[in-house]
This record gives sequence, C-alpha cells and structure tokens, in this order.
Amino acid sequence: MDKSRLEELKKIALQARKTILKMAVGPGCFAGSSLSLVDITTYLYNGYLNISKDNLDDENRDFVFLSKGHTVPALYSVFVENGILDKSRIDNHWDPKDDIYLHPNKNVPGIEFHSGSLGHGLGLAVGVALDSKIRKNGSKAVVIIGDGELNEGSNWESLLVAMTYKLDNLIIIIDRNKIQANKKTEDLVPLEPVEEKFKAFGCAVERGNGHDFEWLDETFSKIPFETGKPNVIIADTLRGKGVPSIQERVDRWYCSFNEDEYKELIKELENNA
Amino acid sequence: MDYQSILKKLMKEDERFVVMTAENRALLRDFPDKLEDRFVDTGITEQALIGSGAGLALRGRIPVIHALAAFLSMRCFEFVRTDAGFPNLPLKLVAFIPGLLSEGNGPTHQAIEDVSIMRGIPNVHVFCPANAQDCTIGLEKVLKSPNPTYIRYNTRQTEFKHSTDFEIGKAEIISKGEDVTLLVYGTLFEEALKTKEMLEAKGIKTGLMNLRMVKPLDEAAILDAVENTKNLVTIEDHFLTGGLFTAVSELLVKNNKSIPVLPISLEDHWFKPVQLDKILELEGFTPEKMSEKIQNKFFK
Repeated sequence: MDKSRLEELKKIALQARKTILKMAVGPGCFAGSSLSLVDITTYLYNGYLNISKDNLDDENRDFVFLSKGHTVPALYSVFVENGILDKSRIDNHWDPKDDIYLHPNKNVPGIEFHSGSLGHGLGLAVGVALDSKIRKNGSKAVVIIGDGELNEGSNWESLLVAMTYKLDNLIIIIDRNKIQANKKTEDLVPLEPVEEKFKAFGCAVERGNGHDFEWLDETFSKIPFETGKPNVIIADTLRGKGVPSIQERVDRWYCSFNEDEYKELIKELENNA
Repeated sequence: MDYQSILKKLMKEDERFVVMTAENRALLRDFPDKLEDRFVDTGITEQALIGSGAGLALRGRIPVIHALAAFLSMRCFEFVRTDAGFPNLPLKLVAFIPGLLSEGNGPTHQAIEDVSIMRGIPNVHVFCPANAQDCTIGLEKVLKSPNPTYIRYNTRQTEFKHSTDFEIGKAEIISKGEDVTLLVYGTLFEEALKTKEMLEAKGIKTGLMNLRMVKPLDEAAILDAVENTKNLVTIEDHFLTGGLFTAVSELLVKNNKSIPVLPISLEDHWFKPVQLDKILELEGFTPEKMSEKIQNKFFK
C-alpha cells in the first residue's frame, strides 16, 4: 500500500470515529464495539469492495451483511465519508422522522438487509454467495460477525453449508475484540483456538491486526485464499480503539455521553491519532 | 400434474426458482441426486436453510424450501419471522407431514400449532390444501405470489373434484346451508365432506367451505355464511388455540357478529401417535363422531 493511500484511509477512519462518538451523545449507541470495527469498514468501503454511492443498485455489486448489527455506526460513519449517506442524517439518530436507530435497516442507503438478532448474517451471505455462483458474476458476499456472536449455533450450521457449496466468494470477517456484551469472551465461553475451529469447518483462515490497513490490504488482496474454500479473516481488534479512556473496557459496550464528555473524547481521539 | 411435475416445470420455465431442502426428499424423489446450481440441500439444518433461502430471495430468487412441518415452523421460527416475514421475501415453506399426518412419529413431529405460529407473522400467507389434488390446483399461484408462504403440505388423496378456480385468499365453497356451515382446512376435508352428507341425510341443511388458505382468510365468504346460516363449526387438525377457531372468533368480534360456533380441533393435548384412521377415531374426527357432536350441540 502506498503512503498516500495509507494516509487517506487513516484520515477517513479518524473522521468516522468522530461520527461514532457523536452518535454516542444523548441516548447513545454501541460505540465501544463500533470503534473496534471501523478500521475494517473504512478499508472495505474505500477501494476494496465494488460498492459506491453510484452503484448501490448494480446487480453485480458486492454485498455486505453486518451480522453484529449493533455496530452499525461503523458503517454509517464510513458511508458519510464516501457519500453513500448524507451527513445530515446522522443528526437524526433516534429521531422518529428518520430510520437511523441502533440496528441497520434498508431505509438507509448502503444497507442490504436489516440485522440486530445475532447469528443471522452468515446464512444470508451464504444465500447471496450461492446466487452469485449461479450468476457467475464474481460478486462477493461479505459478512461481519462479532466474536461473542460465534456463540450462536446458526453460524456453525451455515458454515457447514458454505463449505459444502465451496463458497470461495464468501468472506467472513470476525471482529475479534475479545469482549462480548458484558464479559471478556475467554472468561465466559472461550473461543480460542478460533482459527482451528474455522479450519476444521473447511475454511481458509487468515489472522492479524484489524487496525493495520497494510495488513488488511495484504490479506484481502489474497482472496480467495484457497480455491473452493470460504475465506475467514480473524481481525484482532480493540473495543473502543482510538479513545484511550474507553479502550478495552468491558463496561464500554453501549455508551451514552453528554456534550462535555463528547468534547473531551474528541480531544482524546485527536491527541491519540 | 403432481407436485414434483409442477415444481420441475416451474424450475424449467423460471430461473427464479431454487429448490431447497433440509435433507427432506420425500417430495423430491424424482429430483436428481447430484447437487445442481438451483437445487440446494443444506443437510439437517433449519436456521441455515431459512437464512440462506432469504439470501437467495434477496437476490430475486424464489426458494421452495422443504422440511418437516414441526421443524420448519418451530425450530427456525425467528429466522422465518425476521428474515422472511419482516422483509416480505417470497420464501415458500413446504411443510411435510403437518397436523395428524405425522401419524406414528410422536409429539416431536406433531405440527399442531404451526398454523397459529405462521399466521402470526405479518406478510406470511398460510396455504392449507385439502389434499394432494387441491394442493396442485393452487400450487403455481401460491409459489408465484410475492409473499412468504407456509404450505401445509397434504399427501391425502381424494376422489372429490375440487374447483380449479383458485385465488390467493379465496375459499372453495362446496355448498351453502341455512342450518349449519362447516369451515375446514387441510387434512380433515374428507371427513368434513362426509359429515356434511350425514347431516344432510338427517335433514339438516349444511354448508361446507374448504378454506384453502387460513391467511389471508376469506373473510367475505365467512361473513356471508354468518348471514345465511344459523350455526358455524370450525374443523382443524390443530390445537384449539391460534388456528381457524381463533381466526374466525377474531373475525366475528371485529365485525360485531354473534353466532354459535362449535370448534372441532385438538384440545390442549398431543395426539396418540398411531395410524391416521386410528387417530381420527381416538380424537373424534370421524364423520360419525363429528356429525354426532354437531347434532348434540345444535340440533337436539
């Protein structure tokens, strides 16, 4: 990755983080887990995916399903930066006149399907990947799953189907921030060794730092990792990444800040950039 | 044409159709064992089956999904509700051995709350054909309708000539009668037909309506019957709660109508897992027992 692209991605991610913090003011949002994901969504929507504000109805576009729907600020904030979503709509968070609420829905441009109930995205992505195989159009189906979400059995059912149908156009991203709603994953239902689990289910797996754009670029460029195998990217991330006072805190899943706190957090974010 | 022939014809004519199954091949015996592009067997799964079906439907396909009724209606209920019902995607759920048709399988396989469950989901239609012949009459229209649809598949055979005039949400009116009207869907149609004959032999003027769809319910036909008959009977191989009796009760209350209604259904219990003719006897669904119940209630 050349330096200017790297700087550009960092700039977008910083702006997106500011938007996420803004969405956490007042009634709030799931800011902690959105901040762990936002570098990945920044990368995906700025150069990697065949998705832009001009091709949202293109039959051959790529498809993204945010299975961990509560981190939708990590999508909306990036959509604002690349023009998919009008910035003014962020101000409508929680406003009954709009549909910017805690989970994604199709009334917001760029969202392919509603989510919120965990363990649904992978099945949907499998269906879309099957369709792309029938069309032979090379369209990719991306699903973003939380690590805690892997507790849901439906993921493992769908993985079996993905393996059976050799869906190498399916990209499964695990946001491995190591904290689920209220507990560290390894203190609750331990997931490690998580790569081995996916490998045992017939997937090709890569693991690395989900905040490192150069690693993300290197890794996504190798897709399909192996012909005939679903691609799994385990992205090691940090909840609350970029804002030290909330980073890696178990009690910063859902956040609700007042204006003063927000100003402080923005300062923190900028100082840390 | 039988079920498989119609499905194969649609597959050939219309690229949108994808046949899916959770390793339930009873209705797909003639389909090639080799997995083809538009034939997806997900193995023994329900959540992945509905989830991937929704993904296909999102891309414009019409997945025709086969599994046992008990599992298709209950095991993956939230997936049907959230991934098919809410976005109104045309997943077609072909539910095998619903109601009494699970015969000797036992309570695990008894889908006798399935109509209640499915009619409670917005957008979802519920098609309950009277027998295999009635099913093939409605099948193409049901599969091509834009709504998610629960098809309470019925393997029973009949000599009765059903009307080929089929519309979504329209009942088949077999007869009108001013003394009593029997409302029935699905498996118990044949018994209801014989019940009607037995009542008529006693001089009781009996109407019979094969509802075909419990949702959308043919409200106009039922309200018309209410105006022109003295009593109603609902007949269903389903728990009393949530099925046809409930739907009719809701309709009557909503329209400020009052009429004596006798529900004939499974009360609050699972049925003895034996052969169908024995179940009919044990649960009081034979024409003899049903006509006796109706006479005792209304014509003593």
